[in-house]
Amino acid sequence: MTPSETAEEQATEATRPKQTSVNLTLRAWLRVLRRESFGLVALLLLIVGILGPISTVFLWAFTERWRYPSLLPTEWGIKYWAQTLSRADIGSALPLSIMLSLVVTGLSALICLPAAYAFARMRFPGRQLLLLSFLVTNAFPRFGLYVSIAIVFFRLDLVGTVPGVILIQLINTLLLMIWIPTSAFQGVDRALEEAALDVGASRLRVFVQITLPMVLPALGAALLLTFVSTFYEAQGALLIGLPNVRTMPVLMYSLINNQVIVQYGAVISLVLWLPSFLLLAFVQRFLRGNAVTAGLGV
Amino acid sequence: MATLDLINLTKQFGEVVAVNSINLNVGDGEFLCILGPSGCGKSTALRMVGGFEDPSAGDVRIDGQSVITLPANRRPTAMVFQKYTLWPHMRIYDNIAFGLRLRRLSTGEIDRAVQGALQLVGLPTYGKRYPGQLSGGEQQRVALARALVLEPKILLLDEPFSNLDALLRVRLREELRAIQRRVHITTIFVTHDQEEALSLADRIAVMHKGQVEQVDKASNIYASPRTLFVADFIGAMNLLPAICQAGLLQLGAHHLAAPPSLSAGSSVTIAIRPEDLALVAQSDSAPSDTWAGSVLQLMDLGHYRRAIVDVPTLGQLKVYLSKSVMLNEGDSVQLTPMRYLVYHAHEAPLEMQQQAGEGVMVYR
Repeated sequence: MTPSETAEEQATEATRPKQTSVNLTLRAWLRVLRRESFGLVALLLLIVGILGPISTVFLWAFTERWRYPSLLPTEWGIKYWAQTLSRADIGSALPLSIMLSLVVTGLSALICLPAAYAFARMRFPGRQLLLLSFLVTNAFPRFGLYVSIAIVFFRLDLVGTVPGVILIQLINTLLLMIWIPTSAFQGVDRALEEAALDVGASRLRVFVQITLPMVLPALGAALLLTFVSTFYEAQGALLIGLPNVRTMPVLMYSLINNQVIVQYGAVISLVLWLPSFLLLAFVQRFLRGNAVTAGLGV
Repeated sequence: MATLDLINLTKQFGEVVAVNSINLNVGDGEFLCILGPSGCGKSTALRMVGGFEDPSAGDVRIDGQSVITLPANRRPTAMVFQKYTLWPHMRIYDNIAFGLRLRRLSTGEIDRAVQGALQLVGLPTYGKRYPGQLSGGEQQRVALARALVLEPKILLLDEPFSNLDALLRVRLREELRAIQRRVHITTIFVTHDQEEALSLADRIAVMHKGQVEQVDKASNIYASPRTLFVADFIGAMNLLPAICQAGLLQLGAHHLAAPPSLSAGSSVTIAIRPEDLALVAQSDSAPSDTWAGSVLQLMDLGHYRRAIVDVPTLGQLKVYLSKSVMLNEGDSVQLTPMRYLVYHAHEAPLEMQQQAGEGVMVYR
């Protein structure tokens, strides 16, 4: 080894740390990109797939004129908001929808919560099968189910009545309202209840003061999700409710189908979207311990 | 203060007899441990005292009065569970105050009692915290405070420390013993850990397959286990089958003096504690038969050494040796039992003891 070579080597030795640190940051970034490439692609798809349509709805709702070659509306305005919201059918559909959702959610809770407690706390023959049976309504094309129910309802004079719509919408809520609370009740360790009995609490007090507070977040989530999904339910309401009972989603269907004016549909979409968005944001705060995912993983 | 009696207490789950007609009398202020392997029925027995299981037969009496018709929430017992059972949505203070509030005490009384209970378990500043912020050991201390604050007649503990690490377990055990002495409460402690039972209890009830095999002080249970199960379960024991012939117990190619009361031809089991097997010098002409063997394994366990000695025709014997004995693995040794118990059928064991160099005499 000649002295010059050694010197050269020493020189590179001296400069190496700096180079490597630059290389390292670059390489680290590349590695992050490569590692996260799936996530980035997914994010891009989400933006295109979800935000795209939503933004179109937004644009249309505030459009007064939008001619072909233009990428954005040519005239903006809220004229159609006034027109849509002043329609008589909307004035009756919105309260009806809210009332229906409240009644269905309440009835569902009344039926399902005690059942969920039984599923969680009791061992009886066919328990697992019964639990799975609630999946059935969600496992088949729902419209087929509704048509056959509609035939039965027709004989019972339930078609076109509010009770008929309530009954058909109740079916949709069963899965959520049984599975989430069941897993929530199962999550409460029996020893916690026994410890409360032990210090002298009655069974009722144990339920109210120990069990219930611990499942409340999950129950709240189930109630809100049920309310929102009922508020949006259109197929059952359409088939059983028409022509007398028109909920908001049903109205939206018919407006979009019958009118050439896109803006009516867009405005109603936004009106329907807002309350459920607020509710779901509220639910998010309730979803401690992934109550929903746990509920669906019974 | 109170006494507790279990009378022919039985619990059947379908065909399975979990607790088979057990009888126990616990004195006022006594600390009784129910010790047994998992599945022996000890927890079920405790849960019947607490009112969490209905007995199939028998009676539970507190101060002589039957309590089996009372539901759990009306029994004068308090339980500390194996699982952590503090209510997660309540602060520590409210956890402890819960039972007091049910008794409609004044706020001042409740406050005094809760603070006193927290003081007792060494957590005076923990009232405002939530259970999730406490370690396992702290949670079990609060559970103990929650049980004691109601001044129950009987304190029930169902393996309360078995989820804790070894060091903490020992510390909480000592604290529990001190607290129990201070408040002088009749206590039943269920455990599968014999060290825990031996160090805590005034008396130990050893349970096996739903039955109580022996109830006695720790030292007595160790020195004279009433049954073969207890002999094997408590501490280490060498069990050797033997046959009584001509006043001698024949075991393998060796023999030992037989208790005179034993009839010829009966087959027995001889139980020898590892510390009762003495090393004899090779040259020593011991009057009794000595057992020649070789050291298979030596384990240094701090203050003593544990050896496994292979004796032809007898098998591998456990021997505890003092540190001063110089030995290596592979060495040849001579053993002689200084003390042994003879189990025959289901009778109480006969104890035999060898005086140094004096042969064997009947001890009991």
